[in-house]
Amino acid sequence: MEIWFRAHTGLVYLFLYAPILVVVLFAFNDTKGAAARFEGFSIRWFEIALDDPVVLKSLTNSFIVAIPNAILATAFGTMAALGLQRASRGIRTVFEGLTYMSVIVPEIVIALATLVLFATGFDAIESATGIKLKFGYPTIIAAHVLFNTSLVLLLVRARLSGMDRTLAEASEDLFATPWRTFRQITFPLLLPAIVAGFLLSFTFSFDDYVITTFVSGPGSSTLPLFIFGQVRRGVTPETNAVATMILGFTLAMLLVGQAVLMWQARRAGRRGDTGMAAVVGDT
Amino acid sequence: MTVAAAEDAKPARPGRLRSRLLTTVLLAPAGLWYLVLLILPLAIVVIFSFGTRAKNGGYSPAFVLDNYARALSKPGPFLDSLWMSAAGTIACLLVGLPLAYFIATRASRRKGLLILLLVVPFWTSFLIRTYAWLLILGPGVGVGTFLGGLVGGGRVDLLGTPFAVLIGLVYGYLPLMVFPLYVTLERMDRTLIEASKDLGAGRWATFRQVTLPVALPGLVTGSILVFIPMMGEYVIPQLLGLGRTYLMGNALVTDFLDARNWPNGSARAVGLILIMLVTVSGYLWFVNRGRKTREVSVL
Repeated sequence: MEIWFRAHTGLVYLFLYAPILVVVLFAFNDTKGAAARFEGFSIRWFEIALDDPVVLKSLTNSFIVAIPNAILATAFGTMAALGLQRASRGIRTVFEGLTYMSVIVPEIVIALATLVLFATGFDAIESATGIKLKFGYPTIIAAHVLFNTSLVLLLVRARLSGMDRTLAEASEDLFATPWRTFRQITFPLLLPAIVAGFLLSFTFSFDDYVITTFVSGPGSSTLPLFIFGQVRRGVTPETNAVATMILGFTLAMLLVGQAVLMWQARRAGRRGDTGMAAVVGDT
Repeated sequence: MTVAAAEDAKPARPGRLRSRLLTTVLLAPAGLWYLVLLILPLAIVVIFSFGTRAKNGGYSPAFVLDNYARALSKPGPFLDSLWMSAAGTIACLLVGLPLAYFIATRASRRKGLLILLLVVPFWTSFLIRTYAWLLILGPGVGVGTFLGGLVGGGRVDLLGTPFAVLIGLVYGYLPLMVFPLYVTLERMDRTLIEASKDLGAGRWATFRQVTLPVALPGLVTGSILVFIPMMGEYVIPQLLGLGRTYLMGNALVTDFLDARNWPNGSARAVGLILIMLVTVSGYLWFVNRGRKTREVSVL
């Protein structure tokens, strides 16, 4: 029985990782073009990808979208989580409903509904004022912030509800101002959730295809859009090279986040649950 | 929740107005975003679903039920999505339950590592992980050739079949099934199993009468977590089904972009949202039954 469990677990992890490894392997394929077989090791396709102006433009666009999105979503989500603690029950229920709604409604529905909203809204603004608004970075960022705010809100609220209130109360009893209590007690305790929220928002925005593709304009398409276009025409080693770099970058972010959290936990003299996996797993 | 309750119970202090103002400021940005980019678009979709298509595409105001009638008379993509998501959920369960059970009860010291290894792919691009299957199922790497050899024929071309889409769905959403299962099984009292065995129950009886009931909440949560995104999946059928497996997501994109029939697409979208709401309400009812206080945060 034991052996079957082990074999099953091994196979599942093979199933999870084999596709990723195949992409990475084929990025190093020493071929002249798209190839179905591994011909040898070469980093040629990475050089080609990094010289490709379309790749560089898409990469720049991805950062232009993902960074403001992560900043806004982290700020909005954290603020809302703190605000909800102070708000009345009715407001809390409304916000909880909206948060879950934004997670439950399929991404494709939100994407198309947002597209229709922008198209209709821009038409209305043009006929009213003559100003012609276009799809581009702001529309992508606005749409990404919605989903990611909910994500940060859920992460920070989970952390808040598991937090020891006595510390904040002690701080108040010692006549600390609310701001000082927040800065010295609440914020450091929330930091792991905030860091995790920021990194997750960045990554989700950086990797998003569905919403981005419907609300982007000419010149604002991001790396996932580039990859999707390539894949539709036939995967080349260049596609795999770009994909490998994205995978490497995402994993590096995960490691940095984990390191920050562990460092922070050690400094605060706490041990245990502060890993990012734990923060994310909590929700 | 108790935190907030304590907050409410506090006596009113001076500066109550300032405190209210602060709360409002804290909630304003997120509230504005929800209003403009969630409620408004969904309201527009609901309104448009009763309209008619303008001559050159888009929406023209009206109040008709034609779009719903049309969506109901052509339920193909909807039913396909339903079957596909049901099959995907069951497949995730069959793969995920033994895995979660193993990690929770047998993996001892490697528990943390195994969970981390489940999280990592989740952090990486969904699109890349999906197109990776094009390489595996396509010619070359040889799964098709290998399977073809097994059945004694030529290559088996899996790409473009519903089976390829199913693989993609299970691959994409499996961790969402495993996490909640793992959490419930981890908390399980192991002495229950020993007691069951001491009382002479066999493996199967123990599993069915002890483990399964304990794992049930996690099983339901996991099923909801994978079923819901599968219903609205767009990228997987597009890439691995080569557009031949035509699910709800694909139908919506055709309606809105290719046919530019916004009212028609809106009616379908409303149908999909209703299914989600019914599913989730059913789930919340299941979780909260027999409890006095309502708890929404179990998702």
